Amino acid sequence: MTAFSVATPSDLAAAFCLLLVFLVPLAAAGLALMNVGLGRGRSAAHTMLAALCIFAVAALAYLVFGSAWQSFPGRPAHSIYLGGKAWNWIAAEPFFMRGLRLDNSPAAVAACLQIFSVGVAALIPLGSAAERWRLRAICISTAVFAAWTYPLFAHWVWGGGWLAQLGTNYGLGHGFLDAGGASSIHAVGGLTALALTWILGPRSGKFHADRVPAAIPGHNAVLVLFGCLLTLIGWLGLNSAGALLFAGVEFNRLAAIAINTFLGAGAAALTTAIITGTRFGKPDASLTANGWVGGLVAGSAACAFVPPAAAIMIGVVAGALIPFSVELLELHMTTDDPGGAIPAHAICGIWGILALGIFGHFPSSLPGSDSGQLLAQLLGVATLLGFVLPMTYGLNWLLNRILPQRAPRDGEQQGMDLCELGADAYPEFVTHTEDFWSR
Amino acid sequence: MKFAGFLLLLAGWAIALTAIILLRAAVPRNAFLLAGVATECAGVVLFARSHIGWGGEKE
Repeated sequence: MTAFSVATPSDLAAAFCLLLVFLVPLAAAGLALMNVGLGRGRSAAHTMLAALCIFAVAALAYLVFGSAWQSFPGRPAHSIYLGGKAWNWIAAEPFFMRGLRLDNSPAAVAACLQIFSVGVAALIPLGSAAERWRLRAICISTAVFAAWTYPLFAHWVWGGGWLAQLGTNYGLGHGFLDAGGASSIHAVGGLTALALTWILGPRSGKFHADRVPAAIPGHNAVLVLFGCLLTLIGWLGLNSAGALLFAGVEFNRLAAIAINTFLGAGAAALTTAIITGTRFGKPDASLTANGWVGGLVAGSAACAFVPPAAAIMIGVVAGALIPFSVELLELHMTTDDPGGAIPAHAICGIWGILALGIFGHFPSSLPGSDSGQLLAQLLGVATLLGFVLPMTYGLNWLLNRILPQRAPRDGEQQGMDLCELGADAYPEFVTHTEDFWSR
Repeated sequence: MKFAGFLLLLAGWAIALTAIILLRAAVPRNAFLLAGVATECAGVVLFARSHIGWGGEKE
C-alpha cells in the first residue's frame, strides 16, 4: 500500500489551479476544429496537421527562448529608467526554464499555463492564413511568434512588466489588467493574423478583378459548431487560471468568472445570429460561431471584475462587431480571413481590453486606485497597434523574404492536402462539385 | 503609403508613451493619449489601404 504525503493548503490550491490549466488545450482543439471546418475540404488535413505542428513548435520555442523573456512577477528582469521611473521591459531568466523549480509554486503553475496558452495564441493566425500558408513557413513563423512576439507582450502584462506597473508608477488605475488573455493571447494572435493576411494576400479566386469577394463556404459546419463547445471548456480553464495567477483574484471569484465567461459567449452568439438573421433572412452558422468565439475573447479580460449584466453587455457588443467587421474586412479592405480570426480575436480582443476599463470593479487587494483604469487599458491598446502590429508584420515580412510563406498557385488550387501532404483528408469522397471542377 | 502607415503606427505609440511619461495634468495627458491612438488608427487605415488589391502571389 502506498502512503501519500500530507498535502498542504498551498499544494491543494496548486493542484486545483493545475486542473484548470489542463482544460486549456481544449481551447486549442476547439480553435483547430473551427479552422478546419471553415476551410475547404481540399485543405482539411493540412489545416489540422498545421494546428498540431503549431501547438508543438510553440511549446518548444517557448520553453527554449520565450520563458526567458516572459517569466513571472517578482523574478529577475531588465529595466530602463525613463522620467525617473523604472520600466521593466523584459525578463532576465536563463533559457530552457533552467531558473525555475517546477514544483507547486505559482511561477511553476504559471509556466505550465503559458506552455499551453502560447499554443492557443499561435493557432489564431492559422485561421486567417489557412489554405495558402506553407507548412514549413507555418512552423518557422510560429517559432518566432512563441519565442519573441508573445512572451515580450505577455511579460509586459503578466510578468510584472511596464504595462502592469502603470498603476504604481503613473497612477493609471491598477495598471494594465487582463485576467484571461484578451490582449496577450488573442489581440497579439489576431494582429499577427492580420499581418499574415496582408503579407500572403487572399486565396486564389476569393476576389474578382473588380474586387468583389466570392463566397467560399466552409466545408463542415458541424466541426465548426462542435469546436465552439470545446472552446468554452478551454476558456473556462484559461480565464479562471489566468485570473488566479496573473490578476490577483481570490478563489471565491471562480463561480463568477465561469458564469461571466459563458454569458458573454452566449450573448455574443445570439446577437450575431439575430443580426445575420435580420439582414440575410436566416442566421449564418459560421458568423454565429465567430460571434461565440468573439464573446469568449471579449469577456476574457474583464471576466473576474464585472457583474453578469456587464458580461452580457460586453458579449452583445462583441457579437455585433463580428458581422460588421467581417464586411469591413472583405468588402472594403479585400482581406481574406477564412477562419474569421481577425474580427473574433483582434477586434473583439481590443474591445474586451477597453470594456474592462469601462465596466470593471476591482478588489481592494489590487495595488493602485480605480481612477484612470480606462487610460491604462487604452495605453495597452496603443501598444498593441503601435508596437506589436508593426513588429509582427516586420518579422513575418522578413521571413517571407527569406522563405516564401505562400503556397504556389497551382498547389493552392489543387488543395493544400495534395500539394503538401500528398493525400486528401477525404480520399473516398468528392464532397463539393466546386472542389471537383476547379481541380 | 505602406511606409507612411508604418511610421504613423510607431508615431502614435510614441505620442501615447510620451504623454504618460512627460505630462502630469490629467486633461493634456488624456488628450495626448487619445491623439496617439487616433494617429495609430490613421496608420492602420493607411497600412490596410496599401494592401488593397495585392494578390500575394509571386508568379
